[in-house]
Parts: sequence; structure tokens; C-alpha cells
Amino acid sequence: MKIALIGQPNCGKSTLFNQVAGYKAETGNFPGTTVKYTESKVQVLGEKVDLVDLPGTYSLTGTNLAEKEVLRYLASHEVDVILNVVNATQLMQGLELSLELMELGKPMVIGVNMMDEAGRLGYDIDGPALREKLGVPVLPLVARRGRGIQKLFTTALRIGNDGQGSQRIPFQNPSLEEAIADIAQHFDGKIEGWDPEALAIRLLEDGEEMQEQVEKEVPRVVAEIEKKKQAIEKELGKEPLWAFSAERHILAQELTEQVLSKGEERMTWQARLDKAFLHPFWGYVLLLIVLWTFFQVVYKVGITLEDPLLAAFNALSAQLSQWIGSGSLLANVVVGGVQGIAGGAAIVLPYLIPFLVGMGFMEDVGYLPRVAFLMDALMRRLGLHGKAIVPFILGYGCSVPAVMSTRTLEEKRDRFLSATLATMIPCAARVAVIFGLVAYYLGSQVALGIYIYNLVVIAIVGRLLSNRFLKDTPGLILEVPPYRLPSGRTVFHKTWFRAREFILEAWPLLILGSMALELANHYRISDLLNTLLQPVTWVLGLPSAVGMPLIFGVLRKELSLVMLRQALGVMDFSNALSPVQMITFTIFVVFYIPCLATLAALRREFSTRDTVLIAGLSVVIAMVAALIARGFAYLIAPVLSFQI
Amino acid sequence: MRLVDVEQEQEVRIVDIQGGKGVARKLQQLSLMPGDRVKVTKRAPLRGPLLVEAHGRSVALGRGVAAKVEVEQISS
Repeated sequence: MKIALIGQPNCGKSTLFNQVAGYKAETGNFPGTTVKYTESKVQVLGEKVDLVDLPGTYSLTGTNLAEKEVLRYLASHEVDVILNVVNATQLMQGLELSLELMELGKPMVIGVNMMDEAGRLGYDIDGPALREKLGVPVLPLVARRGRGIQKLFTTALRIGNDGQGSQRIPFQNPSLEEAIADIAQHFDGKIEGWDPEALAIRLLEDGEEMQEQVEKEVPRVVAEIEKKKQAIEKELGKEPLWAFSAERHILAQELTEQVLSKGEERMTWQARLDKAFLHPFWGYVLLLIVLWTFFQVVYKVGITLEDPLLAAFNALSAQLSQWIGSGSLLANVVVGGVQGIAGGAAIVLPYLIPFLVGMGFMEDVGYLPRVAFLMDALMRRLGLHGKAIVPFILGYGCSVPAVMSTRTLEEKRDRFLSATLATMIPCAARVAVIFGLVAYYLGSQVALGIYIYNLVVIAIVGRLLSNRFLKDTPGLILEVPPYRLPSGRTVFHKTWFRAREFILEAWPLLILGSMALELANHYRISDLLNTLLQPVTWVLGLPSAVGMPLIFGVLRKELSLVMLRQALGVMDFSNALSPVQMITFTIFVVFYIPCLATLAALRREFSTRDTVLIAGLSVVIAMVAALIARGFAYLIAPVLSFQI
Repeated sequence: MRLVDVEQEQEVRIVDIQGGKGVARKLQQLSLMPGDRVKVTKRAPLRGPLLVEAHGRSVALGRGVAAKVEVEQISS
């Protein structure tokens, strides 16, 4: 049995999925966090069930790629039950989607989630009355606390086993129903998985995603659809798309009025928080304070752990090397392995973990859409609108989801531009380089300076690129969800979910890479690669031994730092690199070629040609940005009393 | 009157959404359609977006979008 979870963004669908399937889906208090499907097998009353978490979608007539995928999935796969999650605090909007889903004629259950939040708003929802009116089971749910889940799934299972499809509520306007019936009669069983009437509605509305298949299998209907569309437009003065959606809109409002009664609102702190956080002046001050605090915490936690851990691993390396026989190939490779372990444990994780906890907290609390609101005016100057801030913010975690989240943007131009720019945002892997090198040796202010410089460069690049293919974008349209208190459990799981990727995928690579580097050093392969990269390292004023770590850095960005220590043959970077060199190196690492996983994601979203273009562009930007930073660092060095 | 010109804390009714299908469709997906009451709760500085509330949902709308939404005063 296959159960598909469907709901509008921010309805708590992924939270429900995670409660049932154990943290596999990314959640966040931000519209459009789920961009890929997560599928999981779960046991419900002893029966094996495939549970699919679909990306949040406001409506089935969606215009962006993520939304089209939802509909395609519903049509192509054999979904047995639709489990529609509706946010109780936005019942009316949720019901609009429910009405669309009911048109598909599949077995369906509605879970009205966030009943606790609705209660705090003074909402009282009459579930049985709603069930009566829709003819579909309606159950209350507080997914965050695990309440109502058991009953919801038991019902879903029963409905699925019955196989009884939902009955849509007829449209008021007779011409619409007439048109549906006329078109539907052509389809009886001809298009697999689709209810004929559902398909007829879809095609009258737009049905872009089905057009091709219909043209192939029932060609004679195409002309008739066009004729009906024109007839409806002539009669009602609007296209069928608007006639249908207006009816659903009004019906959803009527239903809501009938089943929802509003008591006294008991929650005003939401508005008070927004008064401060979205204030035209204090909002920006608070944004800076939030970011600065975030930085300080990551830095303080990291540095407290890094020192003792590094010392312990260095002592261990020295011991091992002496024990095996220092200078021998075996000793070098073993020490390489230990240094790889040390790199992960002492340099990456101490910063990565607090960073991820902080990110998870800010996501769940609902602050990020507010950042989008505050930053829209600035984003527009990059040729993008505020919604493109989603990939940017996700980019601080990992570039891969950042690239994938560009799917929620309608225009190809916006997608390409925001993906290109988002890959330049220093991801968590690059955090290791910025903090492990720059913050550790030069202080957190310089690290913050690198982040700001990074944004300035992105702004300039965005400006230049958008001038090249300038086209007016429609502008920001983004839901701003209420603030929510994140549960420690979700933040913990989210942190683990993301840190796991480093621990399981990158860390082994780091250890192997460190050992490989020792081998390469031994057989003098690294000299060859360093010579090949000499033009780059020479221009940047870096030691030529930096070449090899830069190559490894394409695999994983942390590798470039961890291997740098070995490549330079020092335990303490300050013995081999000047402050200016550290800054130059870090800037270059931040911008040059996205890591392998990101390149793969880019290729999936765009094309090989675009990916090569982005990678090539990134090298040019990295060179220029690093050179400018180098010059700048010389200028400010006396002020910050660096040695050059 | 256009939505972009509505002052903070004022409530108006959407009359029409102009300028191509794109904007109207995106607003429809967020359940903003002609006939709906919307309240402007915040206006960002520097020609930034507007925050509007309708049917209990807050939506941030860029100026370009808000300029395409024709609204009327609600007679009380």
C-alpha cells in the first residue's frame, strides 16, 4: 500500500512524516523545504506501508517545477491513499487544496494539523461537520507532539483497503460541469491512473504536464478542449482556470465559515515579535545582532574544543610515528590516516555541530522568511527577488539542497542565476576552512569580514550576470509563517541528519585523502600536480605545495584545509603561512569550483554545459576575488597588526 | 487604488489583479483572489516588500507584485 503525504507548505507534513518514519525528511519553518520525495517503509497495524513525503504545494495548478512534479507523481505512480495534511490555523487555504485533491477521485483522508496552535488563536474547528460536508474522513492532529497520528494512519489504511475513492463536490456553474462531462467521456480508462473527470478538469484548467500524453493517446479530444475553453471564456468572461479556482476559493471560504468558530485570540506575542524583528530600522539591527551572536557562539564553542583535541591528536601522531619508525613510508601513511581523523574530529566537527544547531534553530523558529522580507530590497539589486534568498540561506548549510531548492523559482533565468550565486555561499564545509584557519589564527572579526566580503562579491557578480541577461522578474511572493518554538528533538535530529553526511561520506574520504597525500608525497606525484597548479598559486602568492590540497578540495571543501597541514608539513599553520596568505587561500577556497556533489546537483538541475560554465566562472571569480582580498589585506594589515 | 499605495494597518478589498497570468496565478495559489479582504501589516523600507494578511495567512509581496493588485477601500 502506498500512502502519499500531501499538503501546503508549512502544514507540518514533513514533521508528521518524521514522526512516523524517523527523521528522514528535512523540515523547516520555511515554505518549500522539501524539494525531493522521501520515501519510507513503515509498519501500520502490522501492515507494510510505503509512505511518500511530497514537496509542499499550495495548489495542483502549480506553476513551478516542484509543484508540477507533485501532480505528475500522483498521476504516474499508483498512489493508494492520499493523506492530505491541512494546517488548522489556515483552514480555508488548506481546504482549497483539499478540494482539488478530492477531484482526483482517489481514496483520501484529511489530517487537520496544528490543532494546538489553532486553539491558541481561539479557533474551534468542528471536525465531524467538515467530514460530513466533504464526505472524506477528517481527523485532528498535533504532529509535533505525536497526537492523533495513530488514528490518522489506521483510518488511512482502512480507506486504502476499501479502495473507495473520494467524491468531488460538483461545481455550481452548470456550464463547467457540462464541459467536464463532455471531455471526460473521451477518456474512460484510456489514460492510466487518471479519473476521467479529474483529467478533464485538469486539461480545461491548463494541464500542461498532461498535454503530450493526451495528444498521443486521445488526439481528437485536443480540439474539443480548446473549443470548450473558448466557450466557457465567452460565457463567463474568464478562462476556465479562473472559473474553477474561483469556485473552489468561495467554497473553501463557505466551508470554513460553517465549521470554524473564532473565540478570543489569546496570542499576541507573535505580532509583538514581528513589530521588533520586521521594524524598518530595528529589524536590521536585530538581524545583525542575531548573525553576530550566531558567529560568536560557533567560534567560541569551536575554538574551545579545537585546541585540546588537536594537541591530543598531534601527540598521538608523534607517538605512532616514533613507534613505527619515523620517516618510513608506513609511519607516514599511518600518521596521514590519524591526521585525517584529527581533521574531522578537531577542525571540522567542533565548528560544524554548533553551526548546524544554530541553523536548525533559526529555520524552525521561522526567522528565515523574515530575513527574506528584510532583504528583498537588497536582493532585487542583485537582479533577483527575495524568494531567491531560500537557496542562499540553505547554501550556508550545504550547496546541494541550495541548488535543488532553486526548483521553487518559476523562471529558468532566476533558477540559473540563484544557483550560480548560491554555490558561492560558504557552506558548512567551507565553515571549517574559514573558522579552522582564519578565525583560529586571525580572530573571529576577520572571519566575519570574510563572510561580508563574500556577500559583496556575490552582489557584484549577481549584478554583472543579471545585467547580461536582464529580464524583469515578477517579484517576491512568499508566505511568512508564524513563529514557532522549535522542539529540541527536531533540532537535534536535523543537526544529526546533516552532520551524518559529513561523518559518513566526507570523513572517510578525508582520512583516505590524507593517506593518499602521504603516498603522493612519497612518490613525488604531488610535486607534479603542484607544478601544474603553479600558475594559480604563484599569482595568488601562495606556497606551491598548496596546489595539491586545492585539487582535493574539489572532492570536499574541508579536504583542502585538512590536507594543507600535511602538504605544508606543519602542525601550526602560522609557521608556514602569513596572515595575508591565509586570507587569500580561504577566499580562493570559498569561491573556486563547487564540490563534486554540488556539481552533480547542478548537472541534474540544469545541463552539463551550464555546469561547466558555472565551474569555469567560479574559478575566474575566485582568482579575482582572492587577488583583490590579497591587496586589501596588505592595506589593512598594519591596522590589525598582522605580520605580512 | 493599487495595493502598493495602501498604508500600513489599512484593510482593503482586492478588485483585480493585472499584468499577465503569472502574478495572478501565484497569488491565487496563496489564496489571494479578487473579492478578498487584505490588510497591509508591514511595509519594508528602501522600496522593499509589503507584508499583507488575508484569511489568517501572512504573505510578503514585492512592490512590483503589489503594484499589479488593484484594490478598493472597504466601506464600513
